[in-house]
Amino acid sequence: MSTDTEEQLRAGAIEPDAANVGEAGPDAAGPAGVAAAADAPDAPAVKGVQTLSMAKAITAGLREALRGDDRVLLMGEDIGPLGGVFRVTEGLQAEFGEHRVLDSPLAESGIVGTAIGLAMRGYRPVLEIQFDGFIFPAFDQITTQLSRMTLRHEGRISMPIVIRVPYGGHIGSIEHHQESPEAYFAHTPGLRVVSPSSPHDAYWMIQEAIASNDPVIFFEPKSRYWPKGPVDLDHSGVPLHSSRVIRSGTDVTVVGHGAMISTLLQAADIAAGEGTSLEVVDLRSLSPIDYGPLLESVHRTGRLVVAQEAYGSVSVGSEIAATVAERAFYALEAPVLRVSSFDTPFPPAALETEYLPSPDRVLEAVDRALAY
Amino acid sequence: MQLLTPQGELRPSPEAEAYLPLIEALGDDALEQFYRDMTVSRRIDVTGANLQRQGQLALWVPSLGQEAAQVGSARAARPQDHIFPSYREHIAGMIRGLDPVRIFALLRGATLGGWNPDEVGNFHLYTLVLASQTLHSTGYAMGIRFDGACGTGDPETDAAVLVYYGDGATSQGDASEALVFASSYQTPQVFFVQNNQWAISVPVSRQSRSPLGLRGGGFGMPSLRIDGNDVLVSYAASRVALEEARAGEGPTFIEALTYRMGAHTTADDPTKYRTDDEVGYWAERDPISRYRTWLESRGASAEFFASADEEAADVASDVRKRALELTAPTREKIFEHVYSEAHPLMVEQAAWLDAYENGFEGGAA
Repeated sequence: MSTDTEEQLRAGAIEPDAANVGEAGPDAAGPAGVAAAADAPDAPAVKGVQTLSMAKAITAGLREALRGDDRVLLMGEDIGPLGGVFRVTEGLQAEFGEHRVLDSPLAESGIVGTAIGLAMRGYRPVLEIQFDGFIFPAFDQITTQLSRMTLRHEGRISMPIVIRVPYGGHIGSIEHHQESPEAYFAHTPGLRVVSPSSPHDAYWMIQEAIASNDPVIFFEPKSRYWPKGPVDLDHSGVPLHSSRVIRSGTDVTVVGHGAMISTLLQAADIAAGEGTSLEVVDLRSLSPIDYGPLLESVHRTGRLVVAQEAYGSVSVGSEIAATVAERAFYALEAPVLRVSSFDTPFPPAALETEYLPSPDRVLEAVDRALAY
Repeated sequence: MQLLTPQGELRPSPEAEAYLPLIEALGDDALEQFYRDMTVSRRIDVTGANLQRQGQLALWVPSLGQEAAQVGSARAARPQDHIFPSYREHIAGMIRGLDPVRIFALLRGATLGGWNPDEVGNFHLYTLVLASQTLHSTGYAMGIRFDGACGTGDPETDAAVLVYYGDGATSQGDASEALVFASSYQTPQVFFVQNNQWAISVPVSRQSRSPLGLRGGGFGMPSLRIDGNDVLVSYAASRVALEEARAGEGPTFIEALTYRMGAHTTADDPTKYRTDDEVGYWAERDPISRYRTWLESRGASAEFFASADEEAADVASDVRKRALELTAPTREKIFEHVYSEAHPLMVEQAAWLDAYENGFEGGAA
């Protein structure tokens, strides 16, 4: 693969057609490529690069997990014949059967609570919560039971449960369908919390989350479900809980996760046109947070803007601002600034563009940081 | 449903007549074991309450008065069955092989769990958030079904799940969701509700306007109401329901009518909300004295009762001694096992706490 493609892949910024410039080529990405690999058993099976939406990349990741371990099962509302309201599980029940892909009763606490029992029995349940705002009926089971079960059992059992949660705004939907509740879970000991920003990361991170023996809350940025990007089916890149620099720059570091990465990359493009160089860090993991690449970046740029769709107060962004201030105080030329939604419930969708951080809101903070 | 009247006569109610052969098939040893179990349970309760009063336990959760409900149902389970308790089923745990000192360790603040279910007859950990365990047990039972570990016809391997909760917990959403999932997936499971009449200070009439024994019917499963102070019917009804569950015939709901003779916990004062008359009514229905009367009528000897009392006193005195010897866990326990896999914050914070404690003059322990 060319260096250019690699960079674009990491950034998740590659256009669908551009994926074909990779050395794998368009044919290798399709079924023909897979078949060719199967015909040559002595050669390592190269699956190549496919162009997928994030939704379909997660489908592909779930399929790999279901194939790889018969204790993996999917459970959620409408995930069977319908394939989930976002079609992420489309075709999986037909392929793996009703005992591997379960349409559950419509009860979130029941989904998580029974998954705990299934995990005690040796299963690796992957749960779908239909929308961000509907996770709260399960909040008790997640925070008082799931997150503590391994501790309570003194490590004798583990809780390899993944809870997939489509989250975030930009889809113009009704109340409880556009929220960003990740801080509640990142605040809870015993859980791991991650969020991919690109189809490539989504494909690999869902498989790594399922392989984890700890419970993982897997936040899927639903506004990024449909744009396509390249997925390297052979190489994962960095481990699940790593953050990484996805665009190098020199003047200001901007950090975010999930759908915010797309906003930050747009902001970086605009800033570049105005002569300001932004370094973009994709957090990827919200618990634990991998501060290494972020602190290195801040040591280079001396300025940090944290951006998120969630409410700003007592948020993941607050935690990053505090930690960077503690650990990189002498490297900072300006206070760490936060760009968030407002501390109000998500407004009627007609107001969402004014509510959610935009590239311009990010750049306004960048300007303030540079003014110090 | 009742087999044994409060006066200690074996006189089945019409619906319970079918259970008689199960009782007749029990030998003297099994029948006497019920008595021994109930006596131990009551003696442990006294010990626990005393230790709490002496400042040795943060709390004691008594099961005084509920011995028959617990002993009969727990003795009905087979070794391969799984039991998910609430937090009051001490004797059920002991029947499965749990050392009661593990319960004392939990209530003394030495552990958060305290035992390994695999080593104590699949008796799972206590759950303090009401009705949470109903869903865990249902998920476990779903797993048994998916694994094909019930309904094969092999009584040695077919397994079922028995879950305990109380009248108060039936009001929790999780308790209803568990019944929905159990019914949908036809789990091999018995929901055993000990209706002890009081959820701390609130009577069962505030939890449910209709008898709890009807609760399972609305969810599409057999639903029974038994005299929970009758160890024989508790055993027989649980045994039949568990056998049906193991046979792949799905879940059963059982309400066992009993009474919490003591306080909810040692932090409670029941004289504020219930009358002496009510307590007196239930004292006349005591599970142990009625069973003793019946055993005596069958010819059990004075020596047997003396030996049962002695055994109970020995168990209680032994657990008291060992509970007082329990030591506080070391500070690494704060961080160990929060996660199954390595976690940077656990490493960092454990190291920080060590350095902090060791930074004092002479170092910390």
